[in-house]
Amino acid sequence: MDFDLSEEQRLLKESIDGLLTDAYDFDARKKYMKEKGGWSKALWGKLAEQGLLGLPFAETDGGFGAGAVETMIVMEALGKALVVEPYLATVVVAGGFLRHGGSAEQKAKYIPGIIDGSKTFGFAQLEKNSRYDLFDVVTTAKKKGDGWVIDGEKFVVLNGENADTLVVTARTKGGQRDKTGIGVFLVPADAKGVTKKGYPTQDGLHAADITFTNVEVGADAAIGDPENGLPLIERVADEARTALCAEAVGAMDQSLKDTVEYIKTRKQFGVAIGSFQSLQHRAADMFVALEQARSMSMFATMASDFSDAKERSSAVAAAKVQVGKSLKFVGQQSIQLHGGIGMTMEAKIGHYFKRLTMIENTLGDTDYHLRRVSEGGGLLA
Amino acid sequence: MDLAFTKEEIAFREEVREFFKNNVPPETRRKLQEGRHLSKDEMVTWWRILNKKGWGVTHWPKEYGGTGWTTVQHYIFNEELQSYPAPQPLAFGVSMVGPVIYTFGNEKQKKEYLPRIANVDDWWCQGFSEPGSGSDLASLKTTAERKGDKWIINGQKTWTTLAQHADMIFCLCRTDKNAKKQMGISFIVFSMRSKGVTVRPIQTIDGGHEVNEVFFDDVEVPYENLIGEENKGWDYAKFLLGNERTGIARVGVSKERLRRIRALASKVESGGRPVIEDPAFREKLTACEIELKALELTQLRVVADEGKHGKGKPNPASSVLKIKGSEIQQTTTELLMEIIGPFAAPYDEHGDAGSNESMDWTAQIAPSYFNNRKVSIYGGSNEIQRNIISKAVLGL
Repeated sequence: MDFDLSEEQRLLKESIDGLLTDAYDFDARKKYMKEKGGWSKALWGKLAEQGLLGLPFAETDGGFGAGAVETMIVMEALGKALVVEPYLATVVVAGGFLRHGGSAEQKAKYIPGIIDGSKTFGFAQLEKNSRYDLFDVVTTAKKKGDGWVIDGEKFVVLNGENADTLVVTARTKGGQRDKTGIGVFLVPADAKGVTKKGYPTQDGLHAADITFTNVEVGADAAIGDPENGLPLIERVADEARTALCAEAVGAMDQSLKDTVEYIKTRKQFGVAIGSFQSLQHRAADMFVALEQARSMSMFATMASDFSDAKERSSAVAAAKVQVGKSLKFVGQQSIQLHGGIGMTMEAKIGHYFKRLTMIENTLGDTDYHLRRVSEGGGLLA
Repeated sequence: MDLAFTKEEIAFREEVREFFKNNVPPETRRKLQEGRHLSKDEMVTWWRILNKKGWGVTHWPKEYGGTGWTTVQHYIFNEELQSYPAPQPLAFGVSMVGPVIYTFGNEKQKKEYLPRIANVDDWWCQGFSEPGSGSDLASLKTTAERKGDKWIINGQKTWTTLAQHADMIFCLCRTDKNAKKQMGISFIVFSMRSKGVTVRPIQTIDGGHEVNEVFFDDVEVPYENLIGEENKGWDYAKFLLGNERTGIARVGVSKERLRRIRALASKVESGGRPVIEDPAFREKLTACEIELKALELTQLRVVADEGKHGKGKPNPASSVLKIKGSEIQQTTTELLMEIIGPFAAPYDEHGDAGSNESMDWTAQIAPSYFNNRKVSIYGGSNEIQRNIISKAVLGL
């Protein structure tokens, strides 16, 4: 049993923290968000230069063969700095599909572009009525010759506005909520029949609603088994949820630090408001919430090694529950303790709250995952 | 980072489990599972079994009978003990006064007291709180006046847990009235059978008798019963309270109770189906299990940190363990109340036995719910823990 980082992991943490301290203060972030597409290609290039985009990929694929702990370190740092660049969609999600389900050809075709920073990906999964159920898929992929024809509508596609390639879940067989008959397809974002409506999201990231009309792709577009892709989708979704938990911990950590700093300096009635016990106790409760979330983020990260898939996904769901509860409390109280200034776009603290709130509503919220754990027989079983 | 125990640690866990299975008297275990009070005999019998095995004072230095275990082994032992469940060692002797004596006491005191603590030849109680000194412990008023080779002790202690069984008390007494309040306190131990000691029971809202008031009326105590230096008692008290870290979260206790809740909720029916099939109940139970998992991990982080970097200063993270641990314990007793519903009502004035044999398991549920309100009050109330976090961690 060991909760410490290895020497190499510590160095990784120092290097990404260092990079973001230099290149990603709040003003820099505002500047990046104004660039075309809403994020900085230059910053993305720096992440690539430091090898951060290649971390989880096997060395034989040009990566560093790093594990879940390294992703946790990176996501926490991205959360602290409120990074808007598409690491989750590209490295964690698309990277995850390629690592766990991609053929040798697909890996060779797509992974180098992720690692060198030249290509980004979007994740086209959510549908109008699917909400958080990954198996609820109406979009179809029909066989045509060797290849596939994709038809359907996807919403709030992560990094959908700017991606070069979209990872699309589509039904090859069966009805809307059947657990089999779902495939995962790599679709060029500029393919004929792909229509995008891009927009910024509440947290300053960018997404898109995307319509697929008779989009033809080759046989090589399918990742894994096109008739039984759900286990792959669930595995990658669990990795994405785990990454989101770590990002939330980073954001909560900084949010609490900034709040404590603020109440130490803000004076009312002639004293720092942090000298009032009602605020001190609130801050203490925020610390408790943060540490509980950190523990579960670590738990989900370490669970990626569990051999039993059910146990693994139950650990991740439990982590998303704890993190969801904690982020709501820490996020809301950070605003409350800042008072009026916390309500302004100009102050950084509200942006943590907004990102945290969007994390809660991504890939299953607290209630959704609580129900999953509950229906699975609880956590002690 | 790695969650797994080593092969040796897993073997150790098996050894501990096996020992409990073969040595904890079944009736003792059953009473604990049902939240009943144990008799003095039942407790002492078990502690002597533990001590005979060499596990009575596991965390003491080896020279005084400790085991030399790693922090992870201590963690495993506590977990297994709490979740079996078996009675935990008497904290007042083993975790509190024992460490003060072997750290600050003289050779004579070590020889005289330590073996008797380990074997519970003396049952110790704690004389800290007073009617006017709860969270503000340093304002205590009980006095010890030096008179030749004796102390003359006068005053009153309260919330003295299980003083009705006690042979010995360790007491914080004011020995210098003119010093600043923390500076004039000494740590003195003496026999509960001394002339002038009166114990009066306090009945708590569950109907039980765990705590007492203890009065001192010109109690004469040999001067040599002073532990450490005169007027340094506050330092020893802080040391003692800071020591009480492992097990403070009582994760094993809550784990055992959650298992029991799941089992009972599968048996008891409501609305024509087992309570466990009510999604609202089940989600509350699951939410509690998740909180407990998070707490267990937080505790493991503290344990692993101590294992690696040594105990050093009291870890303020233990305040997180206390707050969350007590909240979860209270939630588990609330869930039991929900399961039992209207059958919580019958009150047995005379103690433990349920009036209806078939519903026997219900007898202690309401009392245990009432009784567990104490866990967020004792050991430094949760509000005091929040003060500690805000000062020691957040720097407010």
